[in-house]
Amino acid sequence: METDYKGLGLKVGIEIHQELDTKKLFCNCPSELREENPEMLVRRRLRPTQSEMGEIDRAALAESLKEKSFDYELYPKSVCLVELDDEPPHLVNDEALDVALEVSMLLNAKPVDEIHTMRKIVIDGSNTCGFQRTTLVSTDGFIDVGGERFTIGTICLEEDAARKMGESENSVNYRLDRLGIPLVEIATGADFYDPKTPATVALYIGQLLRATGKVKRGIGTIRQDINISIVGGSRQEIKGIQDLKLIPEVIEREVQRQVTLLHIMDELKQRGASMVEMKVADVSEVFNRTDCHVIKKALKRGDVVYAVRLPKFAGLVGYELQPGRRFGTELADQAKLYGKVAGIFHTDELPRFGISQEEVDALRSMVSAARDDAVVIVADSKIRAEAAIEAVVRRANQVFDGVPKESRRALPDGCTEFMRPLPGAGRMYPETDIPPIPITKERLAKVKRQLPERPEKRIELFVDTYGLSHELAERMAYSDNLELFEELIMTSAEPTLIAATLEETIVSLRREGVKVDNVKKADLEEIFYRIASGKLSKEAIRGLLKSISEGTGVEESVQKLGLSLMDKSELERIVADVVVANIALVKSRGLDALGALMGIVMENVRGKADGKVVHELLENEIKSALQLA
Amino acid sequence: MSGYRGKSQKILKSASVRVGDRIRVTGAEKTYEGVLMPRTELGDDEHIVVKLENGYNVGVRVRASTKIKLVEKGEPPALKVPKVVVEHDSSKPNVTIIGTGGTIASRVDYRTGAVFPAFTAEEIYSAVPEIQQIANIKVVEVCKVFSEHMTPRLWVKIGKAVAKEINSGATGVVVAHGTDTMGYTAAALSFMLRGLSRPVVLVGSQRSSDRPSSDAALNLISAITVAAKSDIAEVSVVMHGGADDDFCLIHRGTKVRKCHTSRRDTFQSVNDIPLGMVQNREVKVFRDDYNRASLHGKVVVKDRFEPMVALLKVTPGISSNAIFGMVRGRDKGIVLEGTGLGHTPETLFDGIKFATGKGIPVVMTSQCLWGRVDMKVYSTGRDLLQLGVIPGKDMLPEVAWVKLMWALGQTKEKEKISKLMTTNLAGEITQRTRPDAFLRPALPKF
Repeated sequence: METDYKGLGLKVGIEIHQELDTKKLFCNCPSELREENPEMLVRRRLRPTQSEMGEIDRAALAESLKEKSFDYELYPKSVCLVELDDEPPHLVNDEALDVALEVSMLLNAKPVDEIHTMRKIVIDGSNTCGFQRTTLVSTDGFIDVGGERFTIGTICLEEDAARKMGESENSVNYRLDRLGIPLVEIATGADFYDPKTPATVALYIGQLLRATGKVKRGIGTIRQDINISIVGGSRQEIKGIQDLKLIPEVIEREVQRQVTLLHIMDELKQRGASMVEMKVADVSEVFNRTDCHVIKKALKRGDVVYAVRLPKFAGLVGYELQPGRRFGTELADQAKLYGKVAGIFHTDELPRFGISQEEVDALRSMVSAARDDAVVIVADSKIRAEAAIEAVVRRANQVFDGVPKESRRALPDGCTEFMRPLPGAGRMYPETDIPPIPITKERLAKVKRQLPERPEKRIELFVDTYGLSHELAERMAYSDNLELFEELIMTSAEPTLIAATLEETIVSLRREGVKVDNVKKADLEEIFYRIASGKLSKEAIRGLLKSISEGTGVEESVQKLGLSLMDKSELERIVADVVVANIALVKSRGLDALGALMGIVMENVRGKADGKVVHELLENEIKSALQLA
Repeated sequence: MSGYRGKSQKILKSASVRVGDRIRVTGAEKTYEGVLMPRTELGDDEHIVVKLENGYNVGVRVRASTKIKLVEKGEPPALKVPKVVVEHDSSKPNVTIIGTGGTIASRVDYRTGAVFPAFTAEEIYSAVPEIQQIANIKVVEVCKVFSEHMTPRLWVKIGKAVAKEINSGATGVVVAHGTDTMGYTAAALSFMLRGLSRPVVLVGSQRSSDRPSSDAALNLISAITVAAKSDIAEVSVVMHGGADDDFCLIHRGTKVRKCHTSRRDTFQSVNDIPLGMVQNREVKVFRDDYNRASLHGKVVVKDRFEPMVALLKVTPGISSNAIFGMVRGRDKGIVLEGTGLGHTPETLFDGIKFATGKGIPVVMTSQCLWGRVDMKVYSTGRDLLQLGVIPGKDMLPEVAWVKLMWALGQTKEKEKISKLMTTNLAGEITQRTRPDAFLRPALPKF
């Protein structure tokens, strides 16, 4: 059945984060990712600043912080003391700010008069200083896509976070290469009412960003977050969607999740359920002789099995919210995060995992669970198990109010998992190390002069000036190869040939498994120069690219494949020979024989002659043969 | 307080709005609504700052057409301290924290961005709860200055406060101090506090305490640990020992120097190794040549300093005028930061002769910082000794400067000053130059 998104009151907004191809935002390090082993490791800890949270929470957090430290991987050649938070940030990178202003203009947004850098508290270690620096550059933009207008609420310039490389029990590893790369963040209004349109608009914005020629390309350089809500549900921020194609799926699944959570809420109300009490029971003795590996191991370590009763939750914990994710999975997400436990068991899925029916019965009776109650158990150290149970209770009770506001992480299959409660605007405060920067009229005028064409303007240009078909022009204008195309035009080769090579030949070769990424820009330049100067036939391109992909150079490939154009006199000889050999045909059909003879000649020259030239020679040869006759 | 001046102040005044108020500003293209924020000193007078609903601050330019309207009166920023009641635990050591103006703990008001330093014991407890487990804390505020504004007069105030606490039974004293001149104050306290029987620890932070990555908490916890648990009855500086948030080093107060403008491990022991380290709230001592703590004895404050002492860095071709000026300006002592083993160009000889002729002590140290002054090796050094220059051995230039101020406060006699300056009083002069007390740069791996 089709979901009635309008009826559900679906509202979606998107945030696009695009890395810029400049130096870092607050220092002069290159914005480069490194893959070799890090040369240095610095171990740090973060503490929440004072007003971040209430007293009790803070103590708990301080406790948890003791366990986890952050190991920062770095390279002295490309990471400096600024990323290490051992030197104050430098001034905002001018080039990055100009790109942000450029993007603002392309999106019809109004730049602020003066930008202020803010600190947004993030204490998961992804920023060495414990906050991300961000600055609001413009507001109130819009964009027209497919005849519809969508609002752009804000455009911000911010620093990217460090890359998480791994996690162990005591520490999280981050690589500092990505920390500080400038990001432009574009947030649309909550203007979308169906799952499909957001991706279309995101695609267009992405193309517009690439049109500036100053953004990074490739996997991970553009990331989408979405904000999503339905009536009766609540706003969720879903972070880190790297593939646009996943957006509709994420939205559909989030709607499904919220609808199901609301259904659970209704069901609990109908059953007359009351809030879950935080009453932890030690049920270790139930599992003295268990076959469940996880529990057996835990008890052997001297850990405990703690249980909590969820009154009238029976059947609901096992409810599927998203494919493969149950309400129990959400309870487990919280337990893992706050209790640092490996997971939970709940009675909706038991007996299973080596836990027997007898054990389930004993467990139920030990916590006095009625038939319509569910029981959750956790096996770990006392402190962790208790924190985990506490988190489970908190999450279970949230369901009485429907859907809690959360930041959720997008998973590769389109489902989402809990990251943290949705932060309010309150966690931002001024970065006192960086002075405000007035956006002057002169600066705006300078940026305006350098504004790139919008993609639609470019399509016009490609059709009118370069003679590309409309379809090819459109593909080229939105292509990652746009810049390359414009550079190859300089070779004076025919633009349609260049565009078709980039967008069709190379694409189809890649599909065939040819390693076309080995073809360098210089190779393409060489090929098109040769074609433009008549030294190579355009029919040779495909074979040549294949050969270059295998690691052979251009010249070598041309030699090896015998692709250099044959001498004109030799070509004339072949043409004359073919005409003579087929003189009967020529005589009977006159110039109409051209087509047939063309095929024969081309077969003979095998890519060593340009078709156009052959055509011309053949036409002349036929004409003179007819005159002679 | 609000930081507004000139043009922007005028328009805010005429609209009768104050920082903290919710206002609506109508500019050239757009109207912004939000809370009026304070203006940084770094900003011009042409913009007013508004915090928008989404948490961002923006500056709105003041133009002839700009209109400001009050939407709602707001609360001015204020510090709300969570109530922390900490019972005195007689089984724990008593540590006094002396505040001088460095912020070892603070909290942020997210609404306005104002940063409030923590001054009372309760505020510090609530910012760094771990210290409750180490000691009973008492806080005494002596002054409220950035360390670059510290003066010899304030050293004395701090020294007296330290002595008072120790003499009335404190297990140890921690002095919270800005880092810029912490080394100078440490040296001053080292010479000033005679008969020291308990640890006196200076501590600060390189990254402000309003950020989650601040080094303040680890430094403070470590300093309190040294004050509460160690038997090092000396003035020391306890700060980060490396780039990691792992351990702190305990530097002798007369051998320590701020060596980096911004790193956490900026403090380094020069010409000496540190006294020890603190890791996981445990003190590990590296050596045995330090003054052991005792429960008896009274600290005496020798608090007279001669403020008119100059420190001169010797540069190639430097003119004697520099010293003529000092003498005419009534300086009573001069410390030279000479080149190499303790040299100056001949161009400075006249000046030195002039000063010593007037009975003004001239002490030689080296701008190399590491190593020992030796004026017998080259003829220039021998000439300088002839002119009456006192060799400062392996003292840091600024420590020699503090010491000369203190020596001149104790006596006016030329011979006695020369004796004081060449005698080790508080670890400032070592007898041996340790081979392991020098920079060890990280070499690239091949």
